[in-house]
Amino acid sequence: MTDPLRSIAKLDGVRRSFGAVRALDGVDFTVLPKECIGLVGHNGAGKSTLMSILAGTGTPDSGQIAINGAAQTAWSIQRARALGVRCVFQELSLCPNLSVAENTRVSHASLKGWGGAKRAADLIRASLDQIFPGHGISPQDIVGDLAIGQRQMVEVARAFTVTDDPLHLVILDEPTSSLDAQTARQLLDHIRHAVAGGVSCILISHILGEILDTSDRVVVMRDGKVVADEAAANLTRSALVASMGGARLHAKTNRTDTQGTSQPIVAEVQAGAAHGPIGLQARRGEVIGLAGLAGHGQTKLLIDLFEAAGSPRNGLSVAGAVALVAGDRQTDGIFPLWSIAKNISIRSLAALRRGVFIAADKEAHLAETWRDRIGIRTDDLDNNILSLSGGNQQKALFARALASDAQIILMDDPMRGVDIGTKLDVYDLIRAQAQQGRTFLWYTTETDELDNCDRVYVFRNGQIVAVLNHGDLTEEKIIQSSFAEVTA
Amino acid sequence: MTTAAPPTAAQSRASRNRARLLRTMLPALSMALILLAIAWLNPRAISYFGFSLMLNLAIPIALATIAQMFVITINELDLSIGTFVGFVGCVTATWLHDAPLLGALVLLASIGVYAGLGALIHLRNLPSIVVTLGMSFVWQGLAILLLPKPGGSAPDWLKGFMGLKVPFVPFPIVAAVVIALVVHFALMRSAYGTVLRGAGGNPQAIGRAGWSLLKTKVVMFAMTGLFGVISGMALIGITTSADANIGNGYTLLSIAGVILGGGEFVGGRVSPIGAVIGALTLALAASPLLTFMSIPPDWQVAANGVILISVLAARALISRKGA
Repeated sequence: MTDPLRSIAKLDGVRRSFGAVRALDGVDFTVLPKECIGLVGHNGAGKSTLMSILAGTGTPDSGQIAINGAAQTAWSIQRARALGVRCVFQELSLCPNLSVAENTRVSHASLKGWGGAKRAADLIRASLDQIFPGHGISPQDIVGDLAIGQRQMVEVARAFTVTDDPLHLVILDEPTSSLDAQTARQLLDHIRHAVAGGVSCILISHILGEILDTSDRVVVMRDGKVVADEAAANLTRSALVASMGGARLHAKTNRTDTQGTSQPIVAEVQAGAAHGPIGLQARRGEVIGLAGLAGHGQTKLLIDLFEAAGSPRNGLSVAGAVALVAGDRQTDGIFPLWSIAKNISIRSLAALRRGVFIAADKEAHLAETWRDRIGIRTDDLDNNILSLSGGNQQKALFARALASDAQIILMDDPMRGVDIGTKLDVYDLIRAQAQQGRTFLWYTTETDELDNCDRVYVFRNGQIVAVLNHGDLTEEKIIQSSFAEVTA
Repeated sequence: MTTAAPPTAAQSRASRNRARLLRTMLPALSMALILLAIAWLNPRAISYFGFSLMLNLAIPIALATIAQMFVITINELDLSIGTFVGFVGCVTATWLHDAPLLGALVLLASIGVYAGLGALIHLRNLPSIVVTLGMSFVWQGLAILLLPKPGGSAPDWLKGFMGLKVPFVPFPIVAAVVIALVVHFALMRSAYGTVLRGAGGNPQAIGRAGWSLLKTKVVMFAMTGLFGVISGMALIGITTSADANIGNGYTLLSIAGVILGGGEFVGGRVSPIGAVIGALTLALAASPLLTFMSIPPDWQVAANGVILISVLAARALISRKGA
């Protein structure tokens, strides 16, 4: 279908793993001159990893990269920029302490010497004027003072500025996520304009309408592989959704709704508040799933609920003690200098006291009980927590929450990078604990895990946009709700 | 809570710029206040001779403050600058005087040590506070080995340079203006200076633009070493002899000077001109002249603290209004 000699960029058999997680599993990807590729896929499909490798910020474990037909052996950011490959990253890459012009200067080594600052200002102003007429941004503005949408405009405009290095390919990772409808339109028009002018683009977006309207070709990724590669003209939104979700059949766990609606509501988010038009109720003994694309407000809701348990807030009510299982183990979860036992007992110290001191025997007993119940693989709980594998560290964090007096457990995508054996152990444990009357609110980026939930709330742009009962749950429905129809 | 109409973009930019201007002027305003206070206590101090006396030790402090500012730009801190200045002072008063070639080599090597520390801190991801705290004892120890008791003597050319008499404007003021402008152009206006400040604001962005973060750390620490060396030499040029403990107070003074001058500990927000003004303000408030005005030295130290806290409070107030 594609002639390798004609390609601007060609990736062959690219593989990349992060610990136990295989982010890219042998991806072939080709960019032709003068084309816009739409790249879509659900959470963790490998889009951002693939693009970071193409842009030179990430290195593949194996695989070949060829630019303009020439195989690249020492691929790096510097090399990528010299050969005309640029990337607008999802998390913005501007220095907040520098002005708009200075940020432009930083990305062009040639803007040095006397007058470099002025040339940088002219360059970025011209680019902003061309892409976003009426942008209202001055090159002298300090980036930290700009609104998030304006920063995104600067970042995009900067990627399209040209000095000494050529410009052949611009990768745009969710470029419209903070733009309003009008500026998003301006950007998409500019992409078409740039493509007509000879620059290829790769557009990643969760708004399928803009992908279909803007791209010449759409590549769909799932589970670290390219699963579809079609001309945009031959695609429809529903075909895209189907290929993203795949035709995977779930062997549904047959769950009888024993709890019913007779149980009291222990956590509630009222409809119409900050979290959107649909309210959330969690009853005693329920497992509630929070779904949608990563970073669309699920973690914020969990934190809001956690804080609401301490002091009541508008629109949120929580009855009972809560415990949070952090997703980002290294920064939010473990105490890296402490032993396994101390990491488990920290949430329960009030119950382990004898007088004003912590009773060492009670603490050891608690840790041992939970080691056996949850299956933490260690022979000595006094070992440092870092002596455990990632999966076992996560088990220790579960033990911390479950050993506590909390009746409501909030889980912030806790299974990230955990092996399948641990996952299955923990799923069983969660179901058993729910039977005993504990309530779980579970944010997960893995659609398979939602099968363990009684009810699933789908998030988009910080709001709950859909609620699915366990019986109606399909991956397709979740994806359907996660991706907006048109530019918001 | 009143319900005001949301400000338009132009209005909010205007108020932002006003707050920024006020913030930028704050170091100069605080120095003006100190000068007014001195003029009120003793009008005769505001003269060529008075300034020469009051700002006698301001230049080494300003240089040490600039040195500190370089590492603060990249979100690090140098707790060894004071004892390093002392070490340089001892080298200047002994080897540089007796064997100029050896002295110059030692001083160059010490800048190399600073550059190496920058590389170590970056590569091993170490906290600079710990590394430089350790180094402060190393410099102190070396200084004591070199000069167990106060003594030595400054090279004549150095004494001559620091004792320069400039018509109309006292030498310390001329030197301060030169230092501030040179560093301002290098760090705030040059292309690589922009990259260096960017490395403090968002290191990842600088890395993604293809710059080496290792190089930014090495360059900034080397600059700190260079200005530490100049500071120590300037100090000995004024005092003419050295003491191993001569620079010990400079560590905290330099940090205070950077912050007083509008710098922040993280985020690459610094101002060389502000830092020099901050250092001058601190030097004025602790100048020996005040002692002659029957203000006891203990109160002068307290005065420095009060100035620092009031300026920071004023800055916080301005920032909140501007936000």
